[in-house]
Amino acid sequence: MATPIVEMRDIEKHFGSVIALAGVSVSVNAGEVHCLLGDNGAGKSTFIKTMSGVHQPSKGQMYVDGQAVTFQSPRHALDAGIATVFQDLAMIPLMSITRNFFMGREPVSGIWPFKQMDMPFCDRVTREEMQRIGIDVRDPHQAVGTLSGGERQCVAISRAVYFGAKVLILDEPTSALGVRQTSMVLKYVDMVRKKGLGVVFITHNVRHAMAVGDRFTVLNRGKTLGTAVRGDITPEELQDLMAGGREIAQLSDTLGGTV
Amino acid sequence: MAEAVMPDERLKQTPFLTRLMRKPELGAIAGLVLMLMIIALAQTKDGLFTVNGILGFLEPSAQLGILAIGAALLMIGGEFDLSVGSMIGFAGLVFGASVVAFGMPGIVAVAVALLAATAVGTVNGMIVTRTHLPSFIVTLGFLFILSGLTLVGLKLATGGSTQLRGVSDALDGGLVQYLFAGKAFPWVFQMLGDQGLIEVHTRGTLAGQPRANGIPVSILWFLGLAFLSTWILNRTRVGNWIFAAGGDANAARNSGVPVDAVKLGLFVVTATCATIVALLQVADLGSTDATRGFQKEFEAIIAAVIGGCLLTGGYGSTVGACFGAVIFGLVKFGIDYTDIDRDWFKVFLGGMLLLAVLFNNVIRKRMTGER
Repeated sequence: MATPIVEMRDIEKHFGSVIALAGVSVSVNAGEVHCLLGDNGAGKSTFIKTMSGVHQPSKGQMYVDGQAVTFQSPRHALDAGIATVFQDLAMIPLMSITRNFFMGREPVSGIWPFKQMDMPFCDRVTREEMQRIGIDVRDPHQAVGTLSGGERQCVAISRAVYFGAKVLILDEPTSALGVRQTSMVLKYVDMVRKKGLGVVFITHNVRHAMAVGDRFTVLNRGKTLGTAVRGDITPEELQDLMAGGREIAQLSDTLGGTV
Repeated sequence: MAEAVMPDERLKQTPFLTRLMRKPELGAIAGLVLMLMIIALAQTKDGLFTVNGILGFLEPSAQLGILAIGAALLMIGGEFDLSVGSMIGFAGLVFGASVVAFGMPGIVAVAVALLAATAVGTVNGMIVTRTHLPSFIVTLGFLFILSGLTLVGLKLATGGSTQLRGVSDALDGGLVQYLFAGKAFPWVFQMLGDQGLIEVHTRGTLAGQPRANGIPVSILWFLGLAFLSTWILNRTRVGNWIFAAGGDANAARNSGVPVDAVKLGLFVVTATCATIVALLQVADLGSTDATRGFQKEFEAIIAAVIGGCLLTGGYGSTVGACFGAVIFGLVKFGIDYTDIDRDWFKVFLGGMLLLAVLFNNVIRKRMTGER
């Protein structure tokens, strides 16, 4: 098998006396969606923050293209091609789509002190990138606040893709979305995979994970409970693993087998 | 791979009106037109709508406008500066004392005053960005610190007085007075007067000379800074950073925007704007005193709010703030041309502020999609 783009091996993270991660191993290949499932408090957030350079692991090693690396900051991770789309999306509702798209990475032209942003270029790129994912933005000057939740998610993802991400970490991209918007985001995740990017998809929704995932890793109480390949595992088994099995089975009985 | 994109039938072509509504300065322009109409209808004395009258109300507008440009930039960046009023007095002291008490050449004294502004702005900015305390409180502290320092400094420099005179004599028509005092392009106005296009004095020693004998330099500073700030906001990378820092500092930081540096820089800008106003006043009047700039911080913020800046940051324009300042000057100056008691001015001011805030709130909700 080819070298994974990113591999996290036996990652541990301690906050004082709290062991948030106790040996987590996950790898992502190019052109693959790796779903990371887990209930609240399982350590998902800590894990992605470690992967994206916000936290440094207490133990364990991270590899990018087979090379051992340590990220000191999110900027480092970004430079290595690992882009994270956090739940708050790093979007500013009052600013236009274009201004959000290029925020922090504005292309400038001209001679100092007359350097200015190339606005027509920015508008064109924004419109093209939006069109590519099926959002017809007639006016890239409209505020991001006027977009739907799914559209905002897609803008955030396409921004990361445009700026050269090799691996995308998506932090519960579908958790707050309706059915149609969820399918829009999932469709886009599929497109990103076909482009050859690796995707780490964090969710606690098994159905969403089954829809796009190639491999599935379940996190529970800071540990990985193993990684399964698509087809080897049923949604029910995943659900059981996530909830720790027993309780959900009991609940399922009381509710007449609906969970 | 990209599928053929069907235009979304629910998306209308952005109508002209919507695009217009998106401009933060719209409210201020509408307000200015309204005020011009009201005063034109209410005026009982002639002379406001002549070249002389217009320059008459633009001159105080210009000084306020320079402050409002700084205040608007900082507000868009998500912070306030209540110390700009006191900074006018303080910068006046620094400049005046440098010239009169220390005998520095005018241009060196200007540099010293600008250095003082940079220092005050940096301290304000450092405290706010390091501690994350509300800038409102931090700069309120500096409002009193600076006005106290101005009083103490004036007494030290003059030996007990709160007014420092003799700046004009010390400057004596040098480069500084050319830059910050007097009127520009007198020959244009003389020519226009000779042609009979503008009013000229008909009697006395000034007979034949135009009533308006040049553009006050403060108006040129105002226009220059208005253009510069608008270009920075709308066309440069720093402008994008200012909007981002005020819109959501966290999101901006996560996207690689140097939020703290931007905010710190903006505090230096507001202090510098106050210093430019101080230089204009001192060079023009030839003296400085402790009451300079009193309550100007509020007027500047009001002008910025009338101009469409949101109190929460991230939205607004300096053009709007400029129009806000012109409304201010127009009403203050124009009220004397009507039979309205001039004490109504403050009532009007408060009303205008409330109206602007309500209007801005509606706009913000539309923009962010809140219902």
